[in-house]
Amino acid sequence: MSWSPLQRVGFAALLAVIVLIAVFPFYYAIVSSFQAGSELFEVSYLAAPDLSNYAAVFTEQPFGRNILNSVVVAFVVVAVSLGLGVTAAFALARVHFRGRGLLLVTILSVSMFPQVAVLSGMFELIRSLGLYNSLAGLILANMLLTLPFTVWVLTTFMRELPKELEDAAYMDGATPLQVIRYVFLPLLGPAMAATGLLAFIVAWNEFLFALTFTLSNEMRTVPVAIALITGASTYELPWGNIMAASVIVTVPLIALVLVFQRRIVAGLTAGAVKG
Amino acid sequence: MPAGATTGLASVKRRAALLFLAPMLALLALAAGWPLLRTVWFSFTDARLSGGGYAFVGLENFYNESWGGLLADPGWWNAVYNTLWFTGVSVGLETALGLIIALALNVEFPGRGIVRAAVLIPWAIPTIVSAKMWGWMLHDQFGMVNDLLMSLGLIDAPWAWTADPDLALWSVVMIDVWKTTPFMALLILAALQMLPRDIFEAARLDGVHPLRVFWRITLPLIWPALLVALIFRALDALRMFDLVYALTGNSEDTMMMSVYARQQLVEFQDVGYGSAAATLLFLIIAVLVACVLTLGRVKLAEPGR
Repeated sequence: MSWSPLQRVGFAALLAVIVLIAVFPFYYAIVSSFQAGSELFEVSYLAAPDLSNYAAVFTEQPFGRNILNSVVVAFVVVAVSLGLGVTAAFALARVHFRGRGLLLVTILSVSMFPQVAVLSGMFELIRSLGLYNSLAGLILANMLLTLPFTVWVLTTFMRELPKELEDAAYMDGATPLQVIRYVFLPLLGPAMAATGLLAFIVAWNEFLFALTFTLSNEMRTVPVAIALITGASTYELPWGNIMAASVIVTVPLIALVLVFQRRIVAGLTAGAVKG
Repeated sequence: MPAGATTGLASVKRRAALLFLAPMLALLALAAGWPLLRTVWFSFTDARLSGGGYAFVGLENFYNESWGGLLADPGWWNAVYNTLWFTGVSVGLETALGLIIALALNVEFPGRGIVRAAVLIPWAIPTIVSAKMWGWMLHDQFGMVNDLLMSLGLIDAPWAWTADPDLALWSVVMIDVWKTTPFMALLILAALQMLPRDIFEAARLDGVHPLRVFWRITLPLIWPALLVALIFRALDALRMFDLVYALTGNSEDTMMMSVYARQQLVEFQDVGYGSAAATLLFLIIAVLVACVLTLGRVKLAEPGR
């Protein structure tokens, strides 16, 4: 492209501003997480790594347990969503039957549900199943968010695979389950990774259900634990601890997203643009 | 292949399809259908969270002569107004900024991968973490934003970003824009990269002004993708909960429909009234989704498709 020097400088400045705004808040959170006590109340943009806030997060509350809770909930939710999603997507993408269009539209609509619309019904259901304040209750509630979305994205991916592949397998006498297992699953690897990762992020970040359906510190997931961190005095929040906890749970997520960025974008566009 | 074998295979496939769909549909019915129906039912009752018996009260939670009901509750209308204002302003800003970022990322320049990765970071940060991070940066006494603006001489006294009624909603918009613009930018960028290059080459050779190229060629071509992204964002913004709850709690200034419904339901233990608010929010979103789906189907039914 033939740009004048002035245009080049302007463009570089635009990019610099974009990167600065995108990255600075998290950088500042890291700096704050290294500042203990009264240091925190003087604004500074550099800090020597002091890990006392990080230690405090784990000793002053069951944060290790909270992380474990989030990991368990997110992994089970992803596994169930992908397992049920891939077979359902096969049915919706590769088999003609009456009512298929209506079913797809219903699934898409469920993925647009406002969470609060099921809150009181879900509360009653979870209590009657004896799952209040348990991880199983959170896993059940999270299915509402991840399952329709997983089915929808996998269906759009699966539709694009060539028909000849499965025809050959059927000719050799394969059953539909074998076709999924031996023909589609190997091809769907990248799509499954992208969808699973997006479902993982959704379950990891879920807040409203986890806030409403748990009671004790030990059962909370990470987002609720961070939102409800309180200090020794009720008037001043322990910002250093909050920033340390935030950094701990965000670093792995940023790493995941950066490593898999191409796949994630593919999953998002399959879920939205083609929707 | 004889015709009989094909029909046999088709019916085997159909039976397998039903078998494959059944567990997914059963779980969806349990986690979505049933709770939704119960919520709608509760909205016609005077159920309390503490349990005990409850009675059918008809439309009293929505409107009644003695205490008014939801439709006569200024608190509810405040939440409706805030939610609509928030949705309009934040989605508008996100679309505009997302377009700018996407157009910038569509230009080939050294280090493009790094800039794209940097742009993804706000999207990767959990909403609650964003709310807390910004809550700290916007802290009225110790926040770096006030410190920076004061040392630059732009303001002369610290602003109460999250507590001042005139500023709180803007703060929510700002954080949401920061967090969600990357999503818009990436979807728009994906659409931009699918455009045929030769049109732009031809326009450039003809000496068409870049702005004119943008309005006359780029925008109309990416419009369908842009519209879908915009609708998804708007539906998301209408059910906004976590950011507002973590930033300002149940404050009136930033009250959203979802926050209002949960407050009635959990904090005030009024399941009937809270469910009525949740049902109204569901209806608003359902009507929008229905419009969108009808529009989508009309487009699909166009000749040539």
